[in-house]
Amino acid sequence: MLIALLASLATAPVFAEITIEITGGGVKRAPVAVVPFGWEGQDAGAPLDVAALISADLYRSGRFEPKAESDMLQKPTEGTELDFGDWTILGVEAVVIGKVVQTGDNAYSVQFQLFDPFARTQLVGYRMPASRGNMRRVAHRAADMIYEKLTGIQGVFATQVAFVTAMKRDNGTRYRLVVADYDGEAEHTIMESPDPIMSPAWSPDSRRLAYVSFEGGRSSIYVQQLRTGSRLQISSEPGINGAPSFSPDGRQLVVTLGGVDGNLDIYTIDLTSREKKRLTTHRAIDTEGSWSPDGREIYFTSDRAGGPQVYKISAAGGTPERVSFEGSYNARPRLSPDGKKLALVHNDGGNFRIGIMDLKYKDLLILSTGKQDESPSFAPNSDILIYATRQSGNGVLETVSADGLIRQRLASGEGDVREPVWSPFARF
Amino acid sequence: MAQHKLIFLIVFAFVISACSKNTIPDPDPTEAIHNQQGATSDGFGDVDGVGGEEFGDNLGAGELANIIFFDFDSAEVRAEDTEIVSRHALQLVDNPNAQVRLEGHTDERGSREYNIGLGERRAQSVRRLLLIQGASAAQISTVSFGEERPAVEGSDESAYEQNRRVEIRYTN
Repeated sequence: MLIALLASLATAPVFAEITIEITGGGVKRAPVAVVPFGWEGQDAGAPLDVAALISADLYRSGRFEPKAESDMLQKPTEGTELDFGDWTILGVEAVVIGKVVQTGDNAYSVQFQLFDPFARTQLVGYRMPASRGNMRRVAHRAADMIYEKLTGIQGVFATQVAFVTAMKRDNGTRYRLVVADYDGEAEHTIMESPDPIMSPAWSPDSRRLAYVSFEGGRSSIYVQQLRTGSRLQISSEPGINGAPSFSPDGRQLVVTLGGVDGNLDIYTIDLTSREKKRLTTHRAIDTEGSWSPDGREIYFTSDRAGGPQVYKISAAGGTPERVSFEGSYNARPRLSPDGKKLALVHNDGGNFRIGIMDLKYKDLLILSTGKQDESPSFAPNSDILIYATRQSGNGVLETVSADGLIRQRLASGEGDVREPVWSPFARF
Repeated sequence: MAQHKLIFLIVFAFVISACSKNTIPDPDPTEAIHNQQGATSDGFGDVDGVGGEEFGDNLGAGELANIIFFDFDSAEVRAEDTEIVSRHALQLVDNPNAQVRLEGHTDERGSREYNIGLGERRAQSVRRLLLIQGASAAQISTVSFGEERPAVEGSDESAYEQNRRVEIRYTN
């Protein structure tokens, strides 16, 4: 049965403001300069300090140290005004300049250029149309291009993160499903309930979220459109409906169904026909299915050998093959978008931590340092992971670079923040 | 082990007193749904027809504990708790219209969705005991909340012990 509902809360702000704190960096930061952008227009000033946003993005990446404005010997806004000597004296490896030009009532052009002052060349330059509503996104996109040019790694500044918050109130706990920009700005609550919300998962086009809701006291799987807030109930079978994850083509979900007898198995559901296909039949717990980026295999957690371990099975069905062997507890597998690495939850001597396994060499690298770390999710560039951890009893989020060297904590003002999932790259 | 038992008894006593006052430690989620005006909960309170009064009082179930606790990483009903389950089975046999929902829970350790599986395993082991003793399958439904609805907040062994549980709730 199809049930379409309109969520009126689609744009309600959440009260828990996410703030980012750099907690550790094992990489030497490269000095750069982001010169304040120029402004040309009828209004008093640009709707957004684009340079400040780009500067903050580069700083948060852990790889760059933007210079203070007071250190700058000149503040050019066009390439022709640039004196390379002024910047080599300052010792910066890159200079970003640009300006915002108003082209209509709510129409702007954001342009930026990135220079290498030592090589005296432009590395990248771009002009992008913008409105007041999307200028943050446009500025993050500029930071992405700058970051990629300087590091060779795709930037993820223009991406989003979805997560669940749980806030204790006098009359019980309020659960919220929240979508925010990667930097914690532009938070939107897309679903709110007095019953638990779990397991958000992005569609590959980053326009929909699948999740589990316990509204009405039982579990159901929904897929919700982010723009309109309308949603479809995809599965509400007796027993467990859990752990949804999209196929790479966005047409199917892999889910966990338990049935009246509570035997959790992996199923796929075609989102158009709603046809369900059972992939596993073992009486053990089979759950937390996740597609490989090529769509051929589904990785999942099973305790068929005693404790939970990671297995994989052909998406067409077949015999599962065990993937993880190190230790007594490996669960919640998530593949990196480049298909090379597997993130999981690993019991590391009594502490649950985030591990990352190289699928070729099979070695396991423990990336987190908490006692109760869970829900790892790769950024779309495969270079950063976000996961949930605890800080003085509260759930907070952390990010770590895949080499373990750069760490950040995303803390919330109140309540628990949990189950972060990083969006795919936005389409432009 | 002795200390372990003591904690259990304290919790048990709490449950008894709570039931005699016609309350369950957690607010009934089906009740809460009806109090919410959010669009997301519209239409769902009615779908499963769950809600309304605690049934236990009418049957004198106030004397009966409705929470079963479990050992770490175990879904086995402890020997000392089988008696509680048996008395619920008897009520179900004596009252064919009665229905229970078994809510399985885990402590917070480990992966969330895997814990949903562990909570379900606990609910199913209580369900099997009820079925063996004559309750009918139509009288019993299960739901697992995994680690999502802890009875007690905290990250220590005492909180974990109280959170590894199955709650037996009468829905009719």
